[in-house]
Amino acid sequence: MSGVKVRKIIRLSLSYLMLVILSVAALYPAIWILFSSLRPGKSLYSKTFIPETFTLEHYRALFYDNTLLFPTWWLNTFKIAMFSMLLGVFLTLLTSYAVSRFRFKTRKTTMSVLLVLGMFPGFMSMIAIYLLLKEFNLLDTHLALIIVYAAGAPLGGTLIAKGFLDTIPRSLDEAARIDGAGNFGIFWRIILPLSRPMITYMALTQFVGPWVDFIFARLILRTKEKWTVAVGMWDMVNSNQNSNFTTFAAGAVLISIPIMILFGFLQRLLVEGLTAGASKG
Amino acid sequence: MQRHHTRATILSTLFMGLGQIYNRQFIKGFIFLIVEALSLTYFIQNLGRAVWGIVTLGTTSQHFEKVKGIAKLVKGDHSIFILIQSLITIIFFVLFLIAWYMNIRDARNTGAARDAGHTPGNFKQSIRYILDYKFAQTFLILPSVGILLFTVMPIIFMVMLAFTNYSAPNHMPPAKLVDWVGFETFRSLLLLKSWSHTFYGVLTWTIIWAVLSTVTTYFGGMLVAMLISQQGVRFKGIWRAILIIPYAIPQMISLLLMRNLFNGQFGPINQYLKFFGLGGLPWLTDPFWAKVTVIVVNMWVGIPVSMLLIMGVLTTIPRDMYEAAEVDGATNYQKFRIITLPMVLFSTAPTLIAQFAGNINNFNAIFLLTNGNPVNGNYQYAGSTDLLVTWLYKLTLDQNKYSMASAVGIIIFLIVATFSIYNYRRTKSFQEEDMIQ
Repeated sequence: MSGVKVRKIIRLSLSYLMLVILSVAALYPAIWILFSSLRPGKSLYSKTFIPETFTLEHYRALFYDNTLLFPTWWLNTFKIAMFSMLLGVFLTLLTSYAVSRFRFKTRKTTMSVLLVLGMFPGFMSMIAIYLLLKEFNLLDTHLALIIVYAAGAPLGGTLIAKGFLDTIPRSLDEAARIDGAGNFGIFWRIILPLSRPMITYMALTQFVGPWVDFIFARLILRTKEKWTVAVGMWDMVNSNQNSNFTTFAAGAVLISIPIMILFGFLQRLLVEGLTAGASKG
Repeated sequence: MQRHHTRATILSTLFMGLGQIYNRQFIKGFIFLIVEALSLTYFIQNLGRAVWGIVTLGTTSQHFEKVKGIAKLVKGDHSIFILIQSLITIIFFVLFLIAWYMNIRDARNTGAARDAGHTPGNFKQSIRYILDYKFAQTFLILPSVGILLFTVMPIIFMVMLAFTNYSAPNHMPPAKLVDWVGFETFRSLLLLKSWSHTFYGVLTWTIIWAVLSTVTTYFGGMLVAMLISQQGVRFKGIWRAILIIPYAIPQMISLLLMRNLFNGQFGPINQYLKFFGLGGLPWLTDPFWAKVTVIVVNMWVGIPVSMLLIMGVLTTIPRDMYEAAEVDGATNYQKFRIITLPMVLFSTAPTLIAQFAGNINNFNAIFLLTNGNPVNGNYQYAGSTDLLVTWLYKLTLDQNKYSMASAVGIIIFLIVATFSIYNYRRTKSFQEEDMIQ
């Protein structure tokens, strides 16, 4: 065997070894919580990693226990996440397209302002937003959350999206312009399809946002029926400490699975470099 | 021949839209007229009170009055509501002034065009002009409104709070009025021993945390991305799917879960350590180990994000660049250093900065995992792993020290903003953004 080949085998073996270790680290907590959710009893402690007996009691409790409104929370969160994702991605695309493709006087200022505003700690404005929503009579509504999440989206996403849009060759725009496409036409027919990986990335982060955020949701949503999953779950562990850990685990599994499936479907889009192919063909 | 130009300008200055009507752009003119009429009615009713509110923050405090021998509670001014209402009115006023200025400029330009012998465009043509030449600005209107209302306005409000004495227990409306105190709050925070000790301690940890957590996740993610995408590694999709899982679990779940995993008494990690005959570690209860834990857990949560992002960039790097490098006999390391790293850094520089800024304000990682604990006896309302932002949260929601919290917020902002703007302006994607064409 030649030296090159031996080196290649060593390199690959080491890579596989690393990947296996990383995979175990990535999977372990997920599997642990899955097993915890199937374990009888309520406590965090377990003698063995794989439970000796399995039970679906905790899942049943989530749906039939009247003190937990898990299905309602889940639907609330889904609704909020969907709408704020659609609106947020739309707003972010508008901004990033504008600063990536057009050269106007206040362009660099716009970008710097976005960057600077994005850096303000969200909690600083928490009280102000609370009072503002109170002025508009939007407290304890899902609409309030959707608006606030979506309005904040361009701050986080624009510069990343712009970095991506910059890599889409300008020559494509010009070609379309010669073919008679207007600014809107170029946006819909060229930029949007080519930005699919970017849009997917933005959509995912926007969608996951409402699932993760509980502090703001907790501030706005006062009635238990209107809570999001995050607020409910937080309440579940916080009010009962560790005594209710297994039900929490069951809830965690139920929340995570749909999001994981979504990721599974979308992840190919995320990494497919559509733009690389476009400029060559 | 400057007649039209001057007349249109004067008319528009007098009342929005008159200049446009003079220029025979009737539809546009009427729209402007209506805008001005509505605005005037609004400002006549509200502007005076807004100025009074911002200057005084209310003058009557809540008190009891004897009415026919019975003490009756008289509602006073609620300083904070007054402040926010005034602020909204003033922001509308500034917007109105901008619109007014633009109306004058528009009338003058159209007038000048008429002086030069052109006929002013009709409404349809104006719309066309906007779509063709002011497209970017049109696109930015909607996002700007959202940002103005839900980001800029609240920020101005909070900045103002830092200069008041809005805090428990002595200045809490509606019972008591709030006053302007100038830089008093900042002076206490930076110079007064009881506050400054906590502030500098928390600040130091915040910076250490931000640097470590950004570097570890970014380069961790790059390493993983390159491991998977290197030539010869099979089942790329499966590896990716497995390693994405931590990202797919909602962060607030995974952090609460980790809090339990690292639980010193019952957590499985310590159970394993004991099984192998090692003593358990005080993961969340010892100041040093709690810091280690948050960094490690943050890597678990954050690496998949960087991995995805960098994998995305890796696929956009043209293959022929590598082929050319191979022809020239470049080693793997050279290919990485000369092609991969610059390309990845170019595309992700803004993300990297955003991550750094995000980590300075990474509320979730700290709050959900350690809640800022373990308690530090030397600190004012802060624990050993508290970042400035979680301290701010505690000051706001638990202690009602609003003015102090706002001052901390402004300082966080100043630190992050100076650093990031400087850094961002230096990155290639800002200076040479037209490099990739």
